[in-house]
Amino acid sequence: MKKEEVPQDKSALANFTREVCYVKNEEGKYETVLSTGWEVKAQALDSAWDEVKERIEEARQAVIRGEKSPIYYFMALKLMDMPVISDYTGIWPFFIKRHQRPSVFRRLSDRVLKKYAKAFEITVEELKNFKG
Amino acid sequence: MDKRFEHLQAAHCENGVTTALLKHRGVDFITEPLAFGIGSGLFYIQIPFLTVNNGPAISFRTMPGAIFARTCKSLGIQVVRKKFSREDQAEAYVDRLVQEGIPVGCQVGVFHLPYFPVEYRFHFNAHNLIVFDREDDRYLVSDPVMETATQLTVSELTKVRFAKGPLAPQGQAYYPIVKIPVDHQIIRSAIIKGIKRNIRDMLHIPGGFAGVNGIKYTAKRVRRWRDKLGARRGGLFLGQIVRMQEEIGTGGGGFRYLYAAFLEQAHAYLQDDELLRISEDFTKAGDMWRHNAVKMAGVYKGRTTEQSDFDEIADRMEEIREVEKSAFKRLSSIKSLK
Repeated sequence: MKKEEVPQDKSALANFTREVCYVKNEEGKYETVLSTGWEVKAQALDSAWDEVKERIEEARQAVIRGEKSPIYYFMALKLMDMPVISDYTGIWPFFIKRHQRPSVFRRLSDRVLKKYAKAFEITVEELKNFKG
Repeated sequence: MDKRFEHLQAAHCENGVTTALLKHRGVDFITEPLAFGIGSGLFYIQIPFLTVNNGPAISFRTMPGAIFARTCKSLGIQVVRKKFSREDQAEAYVDRLVQEGIPVGCQVGVFHLPYFPVEYRFHFNAHNLIVFDREDDRYLVSDPVMETATQLTVSELTKVRFAKGPLAPQGQAYYPIVKIPVDHQIIRSAIIKGIKRNIRDMLHIPGGFAGVNGIKYTAKRVRRWRDKLGARRGGLFLGQIVRMQEEIGTGGGGFRYLYAAFLEQAHAYLQDDELLRISEDFTKAGDMWRHNAVKMAGVYKGRTTEQSDFDEIADRMEEIREVEKSAFKRLSSIKSLK
């Protein structure tokens, strides 16, 4: 990439930082230039977030319909997949899958709920009372 | 503190941490491209059957931690690295080091990193930063992707050092100890070693899903994504490639420009003009990756989503593979490297 071709597009980096790009200068030598972002990858990030938001909304609807427990919703909200939530809570994936069922969730002890609440950075009450 | 630590911005966090820590210890010649190349940082891999953030598990660089470890080792520099199971011990360790005036590298997760834009905060645990001082309840932090030094409270730092999930940092902290001054001869042989190891990783790694063959492996899958996942999800998978390839930390073009810059700087030590010509090949590879990113954007923006578009992207990836393969072959035939 040539120095004059470095994109300076709007991106989520605005007001946080600019990124270092390695580019060829006029003499054909490498140097670094700061860039505010590139439209092409900003759109990749945007579409990834669109999908995340859709998944959160679907999870919320599933809780409202009574098909899933709040654990399922907060996992989506906090972008946590099974390995991540399992590591944060210390609970095995097999049990987490069970805890996503509303009937099992209702019978969980406060001790277990506390582990989830801590991982989701909410209170046990917020977790218990989430209705969608 | 004997010497004030200077914040250094870099393209990639691990290169940046390596460069800044070594510079602080008097290894003045070190630059980001040299750290990247001596650490054999260039790579390609798609881990089969694994998805990360609901996309393919692809990386354009070597595994986390390898660049720092290899670069230091090749330069005869000792590395002290510690893992912790207890948070208070991890805090005390960093406190003691910064009190002695030793800037210390920390592996962290970015999900809870407050100075990152929220759009960038996924559960990614192989980020690196340097803690270089403490003022009351705040650490002074040099994060190589930021333009200036920044700060974290004690609890914020502990939280990101003990992020959980894949590649969990487990409070890891590390710093180099320079015992023998790094002279010209050591640098030369470190560069040669770094290039050779990179040739091995890119050309001769078995399995078919890593090195230059890994690019072909992905290309083959890209052709099937539209049928298997549908145009929309297939597009999201392509978006993940673009992010791994171009996002902050790569220097652009999937680290290929960074490697081209390394070969250019290596030329100053090895004096072989062939290095400059091969540097051009990597610049070309970087440009091709970027052009393909534009094409991939057409898919995830929903403008060009036919099978022929997926095929064209795969075809171009196979062309890139040829360019990189022949570049590494040329590198392996340089006499002065033998």
